[in-house]
Amino acid sequence: MNYLEHIGKYCMMLGQVFKMPQRPRVFREALFKDIEELGLKSLGIIMFISFFIGGVIALQTALNLDDPLIPDSLIGFAAKRSIILEFAPTFCSIILAGKVGSYIASSIGTMRVTEQIDALEVMGINSLNHLVLPKIIATVIFYPFLICLGMILGIFGGWLAGILSGLFTGTDYIIGIQSDFQPFLLVYAMIKTLVFAFLISTVPSYHGYYVKGGSLAVGKASTQAVVWTTVLIVIANYFLTQMLLT
Amino acid sequence: MIEVKDLHKGFGDVKVLKGISTTFHPGETSLIIGQSGSGKTVFLKSLIGLHIPESGTISFDGRINTNFTTEAKRAWRQEIGMVFQGSALFDSQTVEENVMFPLKMFTNNSQKEMLDRVNFVLDRVNLSNANTKFPAELSGGMQKRVAIARAIVMNPKYLFCDEPNSGLDPQTAIVIDNLIQEITAEYKITTVINTHDMNSVMEIGEKIVFLKNGTKAWEGSKNEIFKTDNEAIVDFVYSSNLFKKVRQAYLNETK
Repeated sequence: MNYLEHIGKYCMMLGQVFKMPQRPRVFREALFKDIEELGLKSLGIIMFISFFIGGVIALQTALNLDDPLIPDSLIGFAAKRSIILEFAPTFCSIILAGKVGSYIASSIGTMRVTEQIDALEVMGINSLNHLVLPKIIATVIFYPFLICLGMILGIFGGWLAGILSGLFTGTDYIIGIQSDFQPFLLVYAMIKTLVFAFLISTVPSYHGYYVKGGSLAVGKASTQAVVWTTVLIVIANYFLTQMLLT
Repeated sequence: MIEVKDLHKGFGDVKVLKGISTTFHPGETSLIIGQSGSGKTVFLKSLIGLHIPESGTISFDGRINTNFTTEAKRAWRQEIGMVFQGSALFDSQTVEENVMFPLKMFTNNSQKEMLDRVNFVLDRVNLSNANTKFPAELSGGMQKRVAIARAIVMNPKYLFCDEPNSGLDPQTAIVIDNLIQEITAEYKITTVINTHDMNSVMEIGEKIVFLKNGTKAWEGSKNEIFKTDNEAIVDFVYSSNLFKKVRQAYLNETK
């Protein structure tokens, strides 16, 4: 199957997904379940990685700006920009593509090979709408909070790394954080987050839903889902940056 | 009643069903048998609407399923119960949630009414006290019972079972067979079972349709299967020496 066919099939899948849920109460239950599975259960990994990567960004910046003519506040400024613009929305989304993407592809793929999706279809249920729409809504609602948390913890991790290493003072770091604050950069980060959240929920769903074969095929679909989601996030990141910041 | 007329279905150049015609009646357990690759599964999937026939018609009490509007199709789907080969229970849901799922999707019943109905059908399949268990915690036979309970919870007019005995020991298989037959007679359901199991054929085969290379090679009941001279069905059903001896003994006895 060539790329064009995949794109067409993906678009047709979205056409089935974006329909009114047959039963609001069943949809609500599925949505809360997916918020827990795809969002709340990712809190730990995002908090952990954001905190340490924030620290590393601040340390690297400090070590590479070892010049008396450059003020130490620039470390906080550079760390803030790196974390808000790229690390939190893009890097965290790639991590989520690995964790959540493989979960979505394997869970839907397993439902396909064990005939659970056929069971839904026989009951007269739009299986794509029933399975995928709650995942899209859950990620689009929850990931902005997750990414904001990643930003806060990343910046906090940078501050703590400076205090513990003695490479810069907390005051300089905070001055850097506060200087030249542009609210649009947060809007830019949130727009990216929403696009990435959509990709993280739909691309693995596509790979899982159309899997053919047995457990080996589900494993392959899961790997492909992670690879393609990551590739699409990187490509989307480039085009969004080009469109929104230049 | 389900009436199939001249059903054709293929995939690309491969013709799987080549003009099958038959009728399935309410309150009767009908079995579709045949070798692997004979078209049984495609036939069953065509009956439940998962495959669209190339030509021919399938009518459910006079309603041809390919002519349904979206609304009519949805209503028709609710008249169908299906037991899949691997049970197809939802892994992430408990037994109670699995059986309650169709009620949640298609009725406006209160939680208590739904729970009462779930408990009733679980009792009917002799599976009490398993409400909070997940499918992975159940044996194969228990999973099949849950699948049957889920299939009948909406009071279906038509029940389809794809190899309900696969992976079960002979005793459990007979229990499941008898359960399906009892439910079929009790609720006057039109039941169609796809099977490889010759014990099922002899035990509950009120009507048997034998498929060979995508065509109907024989049709009859379990009693007629002993007396038939049709070589295709005799070779298939009595492929083991034991069954050949059983048949011979039966024929000698009834001479």
